[in-house]
Amino acid sequence: MTKATPLLLIEGLTKAYPGVVANKDVSFSIGAGKVHALLGENGAGKSTLVKTIYGLVRPDAGSMRLHGEPYAPADPNAARAAGVAMVFQHFSLFDALDVAENIALGMQDPPPRSTLAAKIREVSQTYGLPLDPGRTVGDLSAGERQRVEIIRCLLQAPKLLIMDEPTSVLTPQEVEILFRTLRKLASEGTAILYISHKLEEIRGLCDSATVLRLGEVVDTCTPSEVSARDLAEMMVGQTLITPTRVGGTDGAVVLEVTGLSLPASTNFGTSLKEIGFQVRAGEVLGIGGVAGNGQDELLAVLSGETVTDADTVRMNSQPIGAMGPVERRRLGVLAAPEERLGHAAAPDLSLTENAMLTGAQRRGLTRNGFLNWTKARAFATEIIEAFDVRTPGPGHVARSLSGGNLQKFVIGREILQDPQVLVVNQPTWGVDASAAAAIRQALLDLATKGAAIIVISQDLDELMEISDTFAALNEGRLSSPRPAAGLSVEDIGLMLGGAHDLEVGHGAA
Amino acid sequence: MIRLEKRPEPSRAWTWATPPLAVVLTMIAGGVLFAFLGKDPVIAIKTIFWDPILGEFAFYYRGQLLVKAAPLVMIAVGLALGFRAGVWNIGAEGQYIIGALCGGAVGLAFYPAEGWYIFPLMVIAGALGGWAWAMIPGLLRTKFHTNEILVSLLLVYVAEQLLAASALRWLKNPEGQGFPGSRNLAQYPAGSNPELIAGTGMHLGIVAAFIAVIFAYVLLNRHMTGFHIRLAGQAPRAARFSGVNPARLVLFCFGVSGALAGLAGLFEVAGPAGQISIDFNTGYGFTAIIVAFLGRLHPVGILLAGLLMALTYIGGEAAQSTMGLPAAAIQAFQGMLLFFLLAVDVLTNYRVRLSRGQA
Amino acid sequence: MDLSVINPALLIASLMVASTPILLAALGELICEKSGVLNLGVEGMMITGAICGFAVAVETGSPLLGFLGAALGGAVLALLFAVLTQVLLANQVASGLALTLFGLGISALIGQGYRGVKPPPTGRIDLGPLSDIPVLGRVLFSHDWVVYFGLALVVAIWAFLKFSRAGLVLRAVGESAEAAHALGYKVVRIRIAAILFGGACSGLGGAYLSLIRVPQWTDGMTAGAGWIALAIVVFGSWRPGRVLVGAYLFGGLTVLQLNLQAAQLPVPVEVLSMSPFVLTIVVLVIISARRRGASGAAPAMLGRIFHASS
Repeated sequence: MTKATPLLLIEGLTKAYPGVVANKDVSFSIGAGKVHALLGENGAGKSTLVKTIYGLVRPDAGSMRLHGEPYAPADPNAARAAGVAMVFQHFSLFDALDVAENIALGMQDPPPRSTLAAKIREVSQTYGLPLDPGRTVGDLSAGERQRVEIIRCLLQAPKLLIMDEPTSVLTPQEVEILFRTLRKLASEGTAILYISHKLEEIRGLCDSATVLRLGEVVDTCTPSEVSARDLAEMMVGQTLITPTRVGGTDGAVVLEVTGLSLPASTNFGTSLKEIGFQVRAGEVLGIGGVAGNGQDELLAVLSGETVTDADTVRMNSQPIGAMGPVERRRLGVLAAPEERLGHAAAPDLSLTENAMLTGAQRRGLTRNGFLNWTKARAFATEIIEAFDVRTPGPGHVARSLSGGNLQKFVIGREILQDPQVLVVNQPTWGVDASAAAAIRQALLDLATKGAAIIVISQDLDELMEISDTFAALNEGRLSSPRPAAGLSVEDIGLMLGGAHDLEVGHGAA
Repeated sequence: MIRLEKRPEPSRAWTWATPPLAVVLTMIAGGVLFAFLGKDPVIAIKTIFWDPILGEFAFYYRGQLLVKAAPLVMIAVGLALGFRAGVWNIGAEGQYIIGALCGGAVGLAFYPAEGWYIFPLMVIAGALGGWAWAMIPGLLRTKFHTNEILVSLLLVYVAEQLLAASALRWLKNPEGQGFPGSRNLAQYPAGSNPELIAGTGMHLGIVAAFIAVIFAYVLLNRHMTGFHIRLAGQAPRAARFSGVNPARLVLFCFGVSGALAGLAGLFEVAGPAGQISIDFNTGYGFTAIIVAFLGRLHPVGILLAGLLMALTYIGGEAAQSTMGLPAAAIQAFQGMLLFFLLAVDVLTNYRVRLSRGQA
Repeated sequence: MDLSVINPALLIASLMVASTPILLAALGELICEKSGVLNLGVEGMMITGAICGFAVAVETGSPLLGFLGAALGGAVLALLFAVLTQVLLANQVASGLALTLFGLGISALIGQGYRGVKPPPTGRIDLGPLSDIPVLGRVLFSHDWVVYFGLALVVAIWAFLKFSRAGLVLRAVGESAEAAHALGYKVVRIRIAAILFGGACSGLGGAYLSLIRVPQWTDGMTAGAGWIALAIVVFGSWRPGRVLVGAYLFGGLTVLQLNLQAAQLPVPVEVLSMSPFVLTIVVLVIISARRRGASGAAPAMLGRIFHASS
């Protein structure tokens, strides 16, 4: 390593929350001009650690040094003043404000608007990140929104740039552009702390890596010298089993969508345009796409939350487009939305009540509109046992469960209702690796039993692992589905729309 | 430094303990207020909370307690259904007035005919009147997304003007020597809501309030519609996913709460009040909001809260006549109760922690 | 019926007076709502301001001190709301209602000794030659200072929201409290400040009623003005200029209906009295129908509870 003092030195950081130690005695260092990866599963403590560095969280113990000086930011303003900038995983942007206003909010002493706009154009030119300062942020694509965040950071000429899962919302081509920007920054001397669980990216970009598991540093390594599989096992701490199944795309067509167009329902929503596809019995159709390209809207149309013309959606040739969720469930069309708390499940209701949420019809939990709580509790218990949901019992509220356990409950609830068609959105988002593997396996088992399955996901690796056919959703349009076997990353990238809007550049869309 | 920490689950113990705690805190703060007004706080609190139940004249007050509690409970039960679903009908006062006007008008239209069917028709008209008045904000919200809080509230002022016009013009007693107010329904046997047992104050409205409590309890705990109401309030998106039609639910909540408020108005105008007069409404529709929250939006809790609130009315009147405590003090006292309730509610969902203030 | 008694110049002049209380309250609520907080207690804060201002003015003999007292009274009540919703994380709708119910009670209590008392008069500002311009002088340049203060406040708030950094931060907090928190802004403090400002403005509006418009104290004298102010914020799409238009429209309506009552229009008085409320509802419906969806221009976080988990 270098002889010079590292840019950032972290020693023995510890932070505990009630019932969980988020960081335990964490130490590592980053040198100027280096790209350092922070690697770990969800819940490994990466977010807490970077929030500590950015002044959002105060550690219980431990110390930090920046340029060799003691560093203990009281709040993000202090961190920014010290030259630390951060690009958030869930963007810290304001939809109703424009790009320049958003950038000004993240700066200590923003210049007058006209100067700022010129500076934004200048920086965006230099780093190949086209952006129009006058556009409303809510209208931008996910990739463009990230550019706003990055430029906001770059305008302050940071010494350390923290990037929290930056590529989860980007197409492969956009990832390439981002990496070019980051390498250029590093060559100019900026240190980058790069948080991800995508191993190939880390191997391609980072100079060194610190691996966290359950809040502790379990390993450090040079990513280019280890295999992705080794990295994964360091991260998870166990050997991973890849889901398996016997594929099948030769069953009868179960679900068919034709000519689906739908205007956006909210100001910043996405409209669906001429979507059409088929799913056969036993088939897993994977729908990939960057967030905000119509995933939620598509799921709502399939689950019956949004109704369309009857003929737009057909099941076994029967028109069901005009039916609501209840009628569709009776026919065997089930769904599991992306947002676990608040959409798929009600946070403050018990698991028994959440079992009632979708199970009432197919599991016969009601009679003449009156509820049978005994049966509902039995159903909830069945889900908990069958899907290894870790909870003291069905009487506990949904939000008391960890993300992975609640996701197992939600997916289990639908699978145990024996669906003919199951639509899931982001089935393993924010779920630890072993739970993710269990969920994927359960979906494949269901397909093997003859159900038609649609998996909407932003995780391309996941889709490649379990899909028979693949289609991409881009700005509310669905590409025509292709067999998943044999698709390359570049093919998929192009299907996803390539690098978003780069051709259009400065034009206001 | 004091920090709040979200509990993984709402505390069951605090769910039940917060309303009594709020009552105790209100008594203390109210006592301070009364002391400021130069009244002995202990005697004032005793006059309000103790004497009506166990004091010398309790035999008279106890009946009055039910008479005052019945409309409060009936309205609050309806409102609570809406509040649970995130439907904010705060115009119950208006629906109460319109229910009384419609029911009263039907009764007056039959005057002086006799017949068993007249009172049931009045009851139906009262419920329908309240229902229809509540449907205005309900429909405007579902059709045009108009803010139901503002519309339902503004309609109270409209209803008050309709009440004034009725008392002074349309329904004025033709034999009333020019005095404002309608004929006295209490003196019109076919159209009155008399005491069921003389001297107790017990009338049909009280029976109806009990039925409303039972109905709401069964609905919320055993029926799909009640489940949908709770779901819609807690997680609107999950409710839609489950198959709830939000528009239908909004109309249901407005309809039920409006009809119950209308019924309360009818039983009041045909019973204890006796006639349609310009100052017929006394704010039950607003106090019922406090009752609903004090009862934790739970039907049984509302029953108890309604009785407690009725106690403050009766005890307040007693304190007014015996101690000269101003009527406004009771109103402020009731408002305080809601404040404290909302304040201590934080204990249900959050844990209060003392954190070491390290720099 | 004799419509000739209605004098257009006088009508406009009294319109400016009639709309001032609502304008002040609505501007305060606008700032409050821009920060993402829905305070339904405007009516309660107005009536508290009305009595506080009245009492202080009567005791000191100074209307100016009265208005200061009113602003303070409104702000103190708003502080209760701020503690409930920002510190104790209570539901904003319920807390706002509690504020209104409590305000009505406490104001009646304070006001017991002030029924039938005349407050010290607030003089008109002498604008010299401007006030002598025929018609126009009478319409525009012969009012008390509060009328002009209200108009100045419209401009000030417009400029604050559009040009100042603090205004930008306020809007940001109302758009996404989480994002603002992540950037290091003190969401709770900013919101408390906005709530207090809203309370002070409502208090001023109330005092204008009791000290100038009426001028005397009666229980519940705001008679729904606070709710109208809330409606006007929605009508004004959270923009100060449009709020002014809304307040003037409503003020005009009130004055016109009073004039029509005086002109003995063959319509029951009650129908005229309810007309401002009915028309407010109609306007709300038109606005919301045109905007297709409740979202529109409303701050995205309006009414939502914010609790920083870290």
